[in-house]
Amino acid sequence: MQHQTIVFRNRPRIVAVSSVAGTKESEGVIGRYAETVLSDDMFGESTYEKAECKMLSHVIDGAIKNANLRRADVDMIVSGDLLNQIISASFAARDFSVPFLGVYGACSTMAESLAVAAALVDGGYCRRAVAATGSHFASAERQYRYPLELGTTRPPQSQWTVTGAGASLVAAEGDGVQITSATLGKVVDFGVTDVNNMGAAMAPAAADTILTYFRGTRKEPEEFDLIVTGDLGALGSRLLKDLTWEKGLDLSQNHVDCGEIVYNVVEDEFQGGSGAGCSALVLNSYLHAKMMAGSLKKILFVATGALLSTTSAGQGESIPCIAHAVTLER
Amino acid sequence: MTGRSRENYNRNYIEYVNTFAPPTKHFKTCGRAFLVGGFICCIGQFLRYMLELAGLSGDMLAGTVSVILIFLGTLLTGLGVYDRIGRNAGAGSIVPITGFANSVASPAIEFKTEGYVYGTAAKMFNVAGPIIVFGVSAGAAVGLVYWLLGL
Repeated sequence: MQHQTIVFRNRPRIVAVSSVAGTKESEGVIGRYAETVLSDDMFGESTYEKAECKMLSHVIDGAIKNANLRRADVDMIVSGDLLNQIISASFAARDFSVPFLGVYGACSTMAESLAVAAALVDGGYCRRAVAATGSHFASAERQYRYPLELGTTRPPQSQWTVTGAGASLVAAEGDGVQITSATLGKVVDFGVTDVNNMGAAMAPAAADTILTYFRGTRKEPEEFDLIVTGDLGALGSRLLKDLTWEKGLDLSQNHVDCGEIVYNVVEDEFQGGSGAGCSALVLNSYLHAKMMAGSLKKILFVATGALLSTTSAGQGESIPCIAHAVTLER
Repeated sequence: MTGRSRENYNRNYIEYVNTFAPPTKHFKTCGRAFLVGGFICCIGQFLRYMLELAGLSGDMLAGTVSVILIFLGTLLTGLGVYDRIGRNAGAGSIVPITGFANSVASPAIEFKTEGYVYGTAAKMFNVAGPIIVFGVSAGAAVGLVYWLLGL
């Protein structure tokens, strides 16, 4: 590893993906690309936590099926979510009898799990590994904020947790999107304490990882068709562009944020989508489809996560954040 | 970067964020809160007149009006309507007694999945708990002052 970046010499590839989008998410552009579109946010389950768990096992199974494989053909599942003790991921893995690594990087989990899966495959330790991540609006809201039926107003800086999940099956060989490198981020904290302004908290982490990647590899943003961030939202995206511009890196031409594009209607989403499922859903539906169709050749996928808990926020701590980047090439 | 310079850097960053973070539209939200809150109070007053005609008076009248409003707040919470009102009305629907009913009923519904004892009953006052604590304390403090003045 040099400059926080691992270059994958054998270029592990994403041979299959699967995604599931909630009702609100499927109204936007993502609805046309997601494999499964939910008509009911409960997904036929009795609790939101069970629904989140089912979404994860649904996409893991979906990715395995799309690659024409069986569960036994997979050597490892790397997965995470937003709930305490990452119960959705581990409960989903319960049914698979496949080795499981639970990862937590808040909303950056998709990039983290993809990086771990790619490293395992690239090193020759696994033939195939699934990286999966999901989140659910109702279960996240219940854990981090207020009950759903409570009549509160959302501040204009806030974002809306995405109900959705995505899984990528990473294999040593086959046809697909190649994972060429992963840049693992540092925990960055600029002292933001406002839990309703995640964009402002996470933008410095994204800027740090992106700057480290471009400086370390001596590449230029122009080489990429897209530089995709996870869930900075509209406000965070602007901050990221300013922070990188300040250090001499111009992202304004090809930067896009998953949170900004995931929703169509602006009802109460304000700055856009957030949550672990946001980048997972967009990567494994829209971005993957565009890369396979050839309209995107090379992208830098940077998922950002706010590493806070209700306890730390209650005790007045600022919000430490992290961002991991993965380069994807077709 | 450590210590003071880090602190200054952070303060600068937060100030810079605040220069273009979208502000809450106070004029608009206050207007809505005024209208909705006023409307809820009008409903209460209407009920009061009606019940007066039905022959109620004094504490009985005040209690009945409150009970009906609490019932309506809880019913609308259960039907999933109150959070929609609250999203637009803000304090207009939080401050009246219907908002208090909403803050008790909503966690009760939400945590039903954890069982009736550890879910519904234990979490019911999650949101309303502080209101009760400070409400009762303030009431006791005012009562004490009132009593002292009367000595």
